[in-house]
Formats: sequence, C-alpha cells, structure tokens
Amino acid sequence: MANLTELGVAAIREGVAGGEFSAREVAEAFNANVAAAGELNAFIVTTPEKALEAADAVDADRAAGKPLGKMAGVPIGMKDLFATHGVQTTAASHILEGFKPEYESTVSANLWKAGAGMLGKLNLDQFAMGSSNETSYFGNVVSPWRRNDGGNAALAPGGSSGGSSAAVAARLAPAATGTDTGGSIRQPAAFTGITGIKPTYGRCSRWGVVAFASSLDQAGPMAHDVRDCAIMLEAMAGFDPKDATSLDMPVPEWEAGLNADMNGKRVGIPREYRMDGMDQDVVKSWEDGIAWMKDAGAEIVEISLPHTKYALPAYYIIAPAEASSNLARYDGVRYGLRDLPDGAGLQDMYAATRAEGFGDEVKRRILIGTYVLSAGFYDAYYTQAQKVRTLISHDFKNAFTECDVILAPTTPTASFPLGDKVDDPLAMYLNDVFSVPASLAGLPAMSVPAGLNGDGLPMGLQLIGNAFDEQGVLNAGLALEQRAGFTAKPDKWW
Amino acid sequence: MSVDKATVAKIASLARIKMSDEELDRMAPELNNILTWVEQLGEVDVTGVEPMTAVIPNTLRLRDDVVDADPLTAGGKRDQVLSNAPAAEHGFFGVPKVIE
Repeated sequence: MANLTELGVAAIREGVAGGEFSAREVAEAFNANVAAAGELNAFIVTTPEKALEAADAVDADRAAGKPLGKMAGVPIGMKDLFATHGVQTTAASHILEGFKPEYESTVSANLWKAGAGMLGKLNLDQFAMGSSNETSYFGNVVSPWRRNDGGNAALAPGGSSGGSSAAVAARLAPAATGTDTGGSIRQPAAFTGITGIKPTYGRCSRWGVVAFASSLDQAGPMAHDVRDCAIMLEAMAGFDPKDATSLDMPVPEWEAGLNADMNGKRVGIPREYRMDGMDQDVVKSWEDGIAWMKDAGAEIVEISLPHTKYALPAYYIIAPAEASSNLARYDGVRYGLRDLPDGAGLQDMYAATRAEGFGDEVKRRILIGTYVLSAGFYDAYYTQAQKVRTLISHDFKNAFTECDVILAPTTPTASFPLGDKVDDPLAMYLNDVFSVPASLAGLPAMSVPAGLNGDGLPMGLQLIGNAFDEQGVLNAGLALEQRAGFTAKPDKWW
Repeated sequence: MSVDKATVAKIASLARIKMSDEELDRMAPELNNILTWVEQLGEVDVTGVEPMTAVIPNTLRLRDDVVDADPLTAGGKRDQVLSNAPAAEHGFFGVPKVIE
C-alpha cells in the first residue's frame, strides 16, 4: 500500500472509493503524523476522534453502496478561525481561549457534509493578523522547511494561515482550510511549497468565521496541487443566506473544468509589480513562469495597474478600521475571557479584559482602526482609502480588457527566519505587497509553487483572475504546475 | 500628522484597551511610523471617485418577514446563548454593578 500520508485529496478520495484502502486507515495515518509533529506547533487542538468518526461514516457508506461526497475519506486541518461545534475555537487569541461554539461555520459544515473529517484546529496569527505566524497566543508555528546551509534556523511558515501551510507541507494533513484577508492563504502557501486559492469575495460563506476585516475576509483551500484545490473549493463554496455578502450563484464544477491548454489565452504581466531591488531568485521564477505560460500556448501581454503602490497603505487603513469595529464584540460579557479587577466597574472590566486578552499586533491594529475612524480623521484616512480602493478595482477592470489572467510573484522573498521582522511592523506588512491588491478588488487569486531559491526554499507564483473566474485561475495554475514540476519537500527533522 | 502619547491614550480609551505608561511610550512611535506611511495616500488624485462600498456588486437581501424565519437564531436558545459566558447568572449575562 502506498504511503498514505504522501497522498493528496484526489488520490485519497479515489483510493477510498476504489477500496484500495479504507478511510479509517487514512485517518489513522494522518493522526499519527499529527501526534508526532508537536515541534511544528501547527495545531492548537487535535481531534483524532473526529477524524476517525468521519472516516468510519465514509467506510460504512461505501460498504452500504451509498454515493460518496467530493471529499469522502479525506481528513483535513481546520484553521482555528472557523467555528466548530463543541471544539475550542480561539482565532489564536487568549481572549477566546476555552470558547466552544454552539454552532458550526457554514464552510466547515459543507466540508463535513462532503465526507471530510477533522484532524484538529490549526494555529494561525492572532485574529489572522500577521504574515509569519508569530502573533499567536499559542506560540509560533515553525515551518517544516529549512535552508540548505545546514543551519537549523527556524523559519516562518507564513501567515496568517501558517498552521495550515506547515501542516500540509509536512504531510500532517493532505489539505487544510485557510482564510485570506490580504494574502493569508497565498503567502503561506508560497512560503511552504504548496498550493492555495482565495476565491472571488462571496464564494465561501463568512458565517461562523471569526471576523477580521469583513469586506476582505474570504476562505479557501490549501493543498498539494491545483486539482486538490479545485475539489476542495467546490466543497467549501456555495450560497449561504446567513451571510449577507454571499454570492447567490451556482458553484461551478471547477475540477471537471480543469484544462491546462492556454492557447488563445492572454496572460497579463503587470509592470508595476517589477520593483526596484527585487529579490533576484523571485525575478527569475517570474521569468520562468512567463516562459511556461508561453509554452502552454498563452500570449503574454504587458499590462499596467497604476495604483499598485497605494494598495498596501489603503489596506492598512481599511483592514484595521474594520477590525476595530469587528473586535468591539470582545467585551468579557458574552463569551471568552473576563478580567474583573477588584472593585472594577463595567468600563474598567472592558478595558482590563481587552488589555489582557488581545496580543500586541491586535492592539496595534485596533488602535490604528479606531484612530482612522475617529471624528475629524475619518475623511482624510478612511474615505480616502476607500476611494483609492475604487481606483485599484478600476485598474484591474481595465487590465482584464487586455488579458484573461494576471501572472505575478506571490511574495517579494521566500520565507525568513522567525524573529527577523517582529520588531518592525512595517517591514512585516510589506510581505503582502503582491497579494493585497487582488484582495482589495475581491478577485480570485492563487499561489502555485514555482521552484526553490538559492537557499533551497520554495517560491510561489501568483495568478489573479477576473471576478467569478476561478476556473481561469485554476487552469492557468495547472499549466504552471505541469511545467514547474515542483516535487521538492522538506526533509523531516521534527 | 503625528500622534503623541496623550492622543494614543485617548484612542486606547476609545477602544477600551487599558494601557500602561510603558505601553503607550512603546506604541506611540510605532503608530506614528504606520500613520506616516499610510499618509502617502493623500497624493492620489481622487477627484470624482466614489468610495468603494461593495467589492463585488451584490444586492442585499431581505429575509422573509415571519417569526423565527431562521430556526438557528430563533428563540428558545437561552442556555446555548449563555453557555460560553464568563459569568451567567439566573439565565442572564452577569456584569459588575453599573448603578451606584
């Protein structure tokens, strides 16, 4: 029998359906890998019994000749931002420690309905605010990758979905859920040599996902390859009346529609993404990507996204503004932590609870958000940022009259050592320079592994598509994947 | 525009986050760095541009105007609503005394 933990979503589903191995055997194999990988700190809680329970249900359905779901027999990791009924859900924050939801998020419920099982809740940056998974109350996630210099420097798995990226790259899970507000699926996928897609805003329900910045937050899959992402996204997506911004559209059959032939397609190369002093390995991988696209039959066209430079500062007004509003709900009254100093009144309790419960980066963003929304500053900051956001969205609309899909690097560099950027919030924010524009415009965007840099670390290429055109993104991703031939994986040291 | 320590203290109080003097001292320059950087947005000409309100055009729906349209958020869920409260008493959320 194949080494089950080397398999991805499609191979597991097909092996289970074909009786090559049972879903229980798969769940047991991954449970064992999870249990042995404590050093990576990828999980906040593990739920081996949930994985087994779901697997047994799939095996029973198969034995009874019942139809199996899209994800039947596939155990997955669940980012700890999704509310899971009866299982602690923390957003990696002390303020939610011990919180056990009385309900299940729509996305996770969709996955269980499709036959997936839960290996556990994955670590992340606190409230999904971070790019290195160093802001979690439950400790840093360590990337399974190491530089090829023989050193043991612990590297960032990316963020905020760092537990998800580390778990998939280390074969603790064949796939995991992620959420992307400004790059939180794509950047960690790029850092760890895996594939991840953020769909069009509204494809996946936000109901039951701990809110960070509601106009940007979008869930998506992280897995080994494009096909696995297509399968899992189909299972996650769908209209949900409980989310006011959910798209009331049928979910396309992305997996069946996969087609790597790029003949007749125009691939746009945004000139503003070529920045001074760019990492030469990243520039090289982008050039490789362009050559692969040509080889697949695509026409390469240079395009312009003139407001690119302003995307990141606009994001760092809009996202904190929404966060300061969303996080007002943590008051020590209804759920989560309460800090009630002796003799304190209600207002003192709020302030003490939030001081104790939120980490530094979360506080920083709440303060920025509160400031830019405050009387006298609202127009100068928030309204201006929302106008710039309109311009960024227009840039993409114009670009998609000249091309079908956009190709760019996912990140400006490969992974960096933990601790390198924690003292400089701005340097950390710059990690998202290539991923934030698509988020602001609500567009589908994907990262596909492109190769290794000189240090032996993975780099990703990003594909950005027009609204609702996940298929175009996945197809271009497949064309890249077939030509990149990325098979590298981290040597096991944990 | 730069924020001084007193301004940061005021924002922290608006955001209901207690901060010590040391934290305010540390946070003020960090916030200034970020705010100075985002202020480059001021150079963008936004004449005639509408602020974005919906990233993907979408019509907000209304639910049916009936009692308990969504059973999940209908009544009769008191115990579940209170199940994660740090201090639930007599079927209510408990809070410190607010009236002297």
